[in-house]
Amino acid sequence: MSAKTRVNDFVIKLANVNGTGSASSNGLLMKSIFRMGIPVVGKNFFPSNIQGLPTWYEIRVTKDGYTCRTGTTDLMVAMNAETYSADLAELRPGGVLLYDSTWPRKDLQERGDVTVLGIPLSGMCNEAFESARAKVLMKNVAYVGALVALLDIEMDVVENLLNETFSAKPHLMDANMQAIRMGYDYAIQNFSCPLDMRLQRMDKTDGYVMVDGNTTAGLGSVYAGATVVSWYPITPSTSLIDSYSIFCKQLRVEEDKSGNKINNYCVIQAEDELAAIGMVLGANWNGARAFTSTSGPGISLMSEFLGLAYYAEIPAVIFDVQRVGPSTGMPTRTQQCDITSAAYASHGDTRHVLLFPSDPTECFEMALNAFDLAERLQAPVIVLSDLDIGMNDWMIPEIQWDESYQPDRGKVYDADTLKDMEKFYRYLDVDGDAIPWRTLPGVDAKGAYFVRGSGHNRYGGYTEKSDEYKDVLDRLRRKSDTAATLVPRPVFEPGVDVGAEKGWAVLSIGSCHGAIVEARDRLAGEKISFDYMRVKGFPFHQSVSEFIEKYDRVFVVEQNRDAQLRQLLVNEFDINPAQLVPLLSYDGMPVGSDFIVEAIKAELQLQGAATAG
Amino acid sequence: MSFIAKPKITHPGLPRNSIGLTLRDYEGSMSTLCAGCGHDSVSSAIMQAYFELSIEPHRVAKVSGIGCSSKTPTYFLGGAHGFNSVHGRMPSIATGANAANRELQYIGVSGDGDSLSIGLGQFSHAIRRNVNMMYVLENNGVYGLTKGQFSASADKGSKAKKGEANSYSPIDPVLLAMSLGCTFVGRSFSGDKDNLVPLLKSAISHSGFALIDVISPCVTFNDHEGSTKSYAHTREHMLETVYADYVGEHEEIIAQVKPGEYRQVMMHDGSRVGLRHIDENYDPTDRIAAISYIEKHRAEGAVVTGLLYVEEGSEEMHTTLGSAPGAMSEIPYEKLNPGAEALKRIQGRWR
Ligand SMILES: Cc1ncc(C[n+]2csc(CCOP(=O)(O)OP(=O)(O)O)c2C)c(N)n1
Ligand code: SF4
Ligand SMILES: [Mg+2]
Repeated sequence: MSAKTRVNDFVIKLANVNGTGSASSNGLLMKSIFRMGIPVVGKNFFPSNIQGLPTWYEIRVTKDGYTCRTGTTDLMVAMNAETYSADLAELRPGGVLLYDSTWPRKDLQERGDVTVLGIPLSGMCNEAFESARAKVLMKNVAYVGALVALLDIEMDVVENLLNETFSAKPHLMDANMQAIRMGYDYAIQNFSCPLDMRLQRMDKTDGYVMVDGNTTAGLGSVYAGATVVSWYPITPSTSLIDSYSIFCKQLRVEEDKSGNKINNYCVIQAEDELAAIGMVLGANWNGARAFTSTSGPGISLMSEFLGLAYYAEIPAVIFDVQRVGPSTGMPTRTQQCDITSAAYASHGDTRHVLLFPSDPTECFEMALNAFDLAERLQAPVIVLSDLDIGMNDWMIPEIQWDESYQPDRGKVYDADTLKDMEKFYRYLDVDGDAIPWRTLPGVDAKGAYFVRGSGHNRYGGYTEKSDEYKDVLDRLRRKSDTAATLVPRPVFEPGVDVGAEKGWAVLSIGSCHGAIVEARDRLAGEKISFDYMRVKGFPFHQSVSEFIEKYDRVFVVEQNRDAQLRQLLVNEFDINPAQLVPLLSYDGMPVGSDFIVEAIKAELQLQGAATAG
Repeated sequence: MSFIAKPKITHPGLPRNSIGLTLRDYEGSMSTLCAGCGHDSVSSAIMQAYFELSIEPHRVAKVSGIGCSSKTPTYFLGGAHGFNSVHGRMPSIATGANAANRELQYIGVSGDGDSLSIGLGQFSHAIRRNVNMMYVLENNGVYGLTKGQFSASADKGSKAKKGEANSYSPIDPVLLAMSLGCTFVGRSFSGDKDNLVPLLKSAISHSGFALIDVISPCVTFNDHEGSTKSYAHTREHMLETVYADYVGEHEEIIAQVKPGEYRQVMMHDGSRVGLRHIDENYDPTDRIAAISYIEKHRAEGAVVTGLLYVEEGSEEMHTTLGSAPGAMSEIPYEKLNPGAEALKRIQGRWR
């Protein structure tokens, strides 16, 4: 191996045209690497379009198991003539570009500092395959074949994966293998294989799986015992509902005595998000665990009902898979831009419980947390995931199921208790934690009360009396304090000791985590180290402000323009805003470690403290 | 305004229904509506209907939107849970509640503003889904609670209190519902309890979405000369078309048959509804013919009332969804949790 050899540590980007079936080829490539025991990250940059627009898939091969993007591209597979020049420009010096040379492109030779490899993919496939569809699809499979040779991927692994996919369709298996071999043979015969950048088997993926966060959030909701779902289609949240529905079809269907299939779940596609959240409230009021999933535009529409749920104290779970706003924004790009609108959704004084997962593992865990908290607190709980977590392919440790888990159904008086009670009042703070007891419809006439969004007193009665109104509103504020003690605690990770004093630290949220972890390692190499806290829930736990108070400056890393997490911190805690320095990435791409490293260095330089940390 | 509990005095002599309850057991708290408001008469007809059907109040769930009409669920069935939601969105609350527990009786109360403007979408979609509920639309042609603006049900030319005429054509909830495939449609008048009570009882025993449009005059803002939703105008223009006799499962049919045909419709719960066709040309199971009949009479200024359409054997939402019998909310967690083995199996596919 030469000094230039890079093993198991590079980024492959595949530039395709939407609707040409590239997703399955790219998935095959990524899974093959994963099955060679090498950690990978898969990010899909797709257009808001069904067919014809450019789309990219990025596979980061990362022997150290990082979960974020770096920001550079080492190997570009350029299959979209429309984006050739941009794709070429993006490649790092010394990188490799692979393209379809059926139509030679002189301009691709323009950069002297990259290697350009041409394979007549279309030409080969036009000859080898009959149908028009196969000619297009197999082109993508053929470049995977070339990469098998160029990167030294194990052919057995590829063949096994294809076998599993096409076990029921042997003719497709044959065609796919043929295309793989075509690409492979061409590369072997025409290039010196493997490249300097190459793969080598590891054992770092044992016990891991590749999955996206919408799949795990949907599955987590099945495990949480959710039975009613109402939703309205919107990217990037739709696949969360698909996940729930598919798993329910597998796991929640029974046969009755006469052999008819009966569903232990109920999925309703609503007419809009107002109806979706309304159904969720109706179902939770009636004792079922119910949820909806949406994105920013849906949260805007749900706001009125969220205020009702807050005030009338009805449990509800809402997954908000965030995408780029404002308005329709860029529906297929990622951001963390609904933090403030979710926290205070609806008119009047409201404060909602939020959970911030950072990866698909936490999407599963927080689905369970969300239902438990919603019923414990009798309040809506919004899980703020995002497109990056929800729709990209993450390597996570296999999720373990704790058989001792029992749902926390919160404070609900049952029929027996009600029978023995003199009288039931809905909004009394019986236990001093500001959480009242509730009753369910249909159980006992003694438990009957009237849910209302209009002014009510602690007994549940209608009121327009100032003191009675304030009494309830003040208790709700105290309930929010209780919530702060119940949401998942922030995670604190001290920086390594580099012998410098700790004047600053990093605070962040959700999907920024992977990039911060890698940035931390990279900066440690430059003798820059920092303590790091990641918030996992809102209302914030007290330890968040205690953390901030320890440092002169805290860099708040998040993915939106207006520093929404920072706004929330300033709003909720009695801290000096100047202490909180925003580091903001909001171009719609998942934040990478390059960004964090550069932003921190720039900030330190600016403040003249390049070594302190 | 405040929450006024009604003193409960039970007279030993009061008639009891088959579960031993008196009509007083179906009351709610004191109404705070204007004296003479049509909505109060509808509330009392609702109490009467549940009483006569011997339904335990706590097995009923009451839902409503926002408006004077939507306030009324507090005024009946105090033993039932109620949900006064947000303006125009009661159908979604009802749908979700029903999804969670199909075993309760659902009554939704709404107004013409609540259902036909801000809530037109949800109203229509609850009908499409055939949610098993009774939907009572207390129709007064105005927004009572916001002080008398015209609603979407106001007839063209109908006059507001200060004299100006409504210039838009009305949305007729009955015709709209029928065009959407509503499986039970009736219309009545708050001032005609004899017609309204059996119609409510029939609607309650229907499996699926049962709409009852009740002309329910607003005495404060729309009961004057020139209004087409006043008591006087409604009385004068009401055209009773099909009279519903509700007949319990085990009851004998003692119907006083008037001119016209008499037929029975079997309800889902085994009860029957006898239909006296006061107009012998009317067939309440023929949707197309019914629509044109109502449309024709509407054009002549008549308000056609009665059980106007019923679809026998209607398939309610849960049947369409293939839901388990019983309440979703009562399925034990052990049955809902797929367990560790399944999780392992699923994740095997993610490698
Ligand atoms: C979102 C929203 N917009 C407006 C209102 C104000 N509002 C309250 S009741 C009402 C109209 C009610 O009319 P209707 O449903 O016909 O009831 P009625 O009072 O006539 O019985 C309106 C517009 C509101 N409560 N919420
Ligand atoms: S304003 Fe009209 S609708 Fe409202 S209570 Fe008075 S009479 Fe009834
Ligand atoms: Mg009205």
